[in-house]
Order: sequence, then C-alpha cells, then structure tokens
Amino acid sequence: MGEEMTEATGGIDFEDEEASGVVKKFMFVNRKAPYGTIYALEALEVVLISAAFDQDVSLAFLDDGVYQIVKGQHTKAIDVKNFSPTYRALEGYDIEKLYVEKESLDQRGLTEDDLLVDVQVMSSAEMAKMMAEQDVVISF
Amino acid sequence: MKFAIMVNEGVYQHQATDSAFQFAKAAIEKGHEVPRIFFYHDGVYNASSLTEPPQDDRNIVSRWQKLAKEHNIDMVVCIAAALRRGIKESNLAEGFRISGLGQLVEAGIQADRLVVFGD
Repeated sequence: MGEEMTEATGGIDFEDEEASGVVKKFMFVNRKAPYGTIYALEALEVVLISAAFDQDVSLAFLDDGVYQIVKGQHTKAIDVKNFSPTYRALEGYDIEKLYVEKESLDQRGLTEDDLLVDVQVMSSAEMAKMMAEQDVVISF
Repeated sequence: MKFAIMVNEGVYQHQATDSAFQFAKAAIEKGHEVPRIFFYHDGVYNASSLTEPPQDDRNIVSRWQKLAKEHNIDMVVCIAAALRRGIKESNLAEGFRISGLGQLVEAGIQADRLVVFGD
C-alpha cells in the first residue's frame, strides 16, 4: 500500500496504523472567524485528513468560530475562497458530531437556523464536559 | 509519558514557539519522551534555513535542531502549510522533514498527550 500513500492520508502508510487499531476521541475546536486569518481553513484541512484514520472525530464551534458555519457567506469582494460548503461535505466523511456553544451563538445574535449544517447546540458547561471526555483536543 | 507537540505560530513574532520549546525541554529533563513535534500554520517558519536572527538573540531554528538531534525528535513540517508560505526542501533547515497532516493525526493517536501551542 506504500505507493498508494497519497495526499488523502497525509503522508501515512496505513499498514502500520490499521494494525494498531487504536480509536481515540479527537475534538477539533474552532474558535476563530472564517476569514481574516487562515486558522479556520487550515483547521478544516486537518479535519478532512483525520477522517482517513477511523478515529472518533468531533468538531466544536465557539467564540467567533460559530461564524465558520453561518449560512450565506459571500467572499468574492475580499478575493478569498468561500470554503463554507466543505462543512456540508463532512457528513460524507462520517464526521457528524458538530457541537456549537449556545452562549457563543447568543452573544452574536445567532440561532441554530442561521447555520448551514445540522449541529448539536449545548451550553458552555456541557461543552466543557464534552471536552473533558476527549483523548485529543486540537484547538484552532 | 509520551508527549506530541504541535506548534502553530511563527518564529519571533509570537511566544508560542518559545513556549513549545521550553515545554519540550522541560518534559525531556523530567524523563518524559517527545517523539514528534509537528509544525503547522505559520509554525512552518520554524523550519526555515534562511532565518538569521541578531547575534544577541536566541536562535530558534538551531535551538530546535540541537534539541531534536540530542533526543531523537521527529520534527515534521506540514507540506501544504509550508508550500503556501514558501518553505520547501531547498530552504528546509536540517533536522526537519516535510510531510503530510497525517503525521499530526498519527502523533495524536500514538502519544499519551498532544499539546498545542498557538494563538
């Protein structure tokens, strides 16, 4: 399988990995607005690669990170690619655990209806509990 | 304990890279292992061979190189993040290697803790 080591697996030969069979709970925490800095875009690249590893992956959106999944993003005027449709594609990668902090939505005058993907909205306290249950938390 | 480390900010501009270095050094001194350090976002600038800090300042790049060599640390730079910032094999500092994001996920799986340094 070595020669099939492609961009999709991020430089990993899967033979060893499959043998290990370890499944960890990975949470990617998105805290920043989608444009203005590259964090959100590059975070999404990590999320997509993680899908190839058969791990228990979830995404959390809080603070300005909730803007990443707001409907109706138009980026033509700033000449930056609108990558928000990619969040809709996550389901196809079996990444379906998307958690959004309620307080972050409230503070920004947003509701679940403003979001372009199906999410689970939870309180800050519930989010903290969810984070505490993870094996790996990568914060962007 | 096995610590994997992720560095997400550039050199000199931000404290993250210094904190990551001090953490790695302290962990090793306490008898822990640091098998891999992964450089992402502007963190890829940690691997530039073109860095020339003033003589009276710390040399962040060579400091990483020394630590990695002494303790056999695998220092991996994300290829996509590196290429869009102009880091490539031709200006990659010795001791670093360019590979994919899978190396980060793998480090998360294999290490006991993954510690992220960034904004």
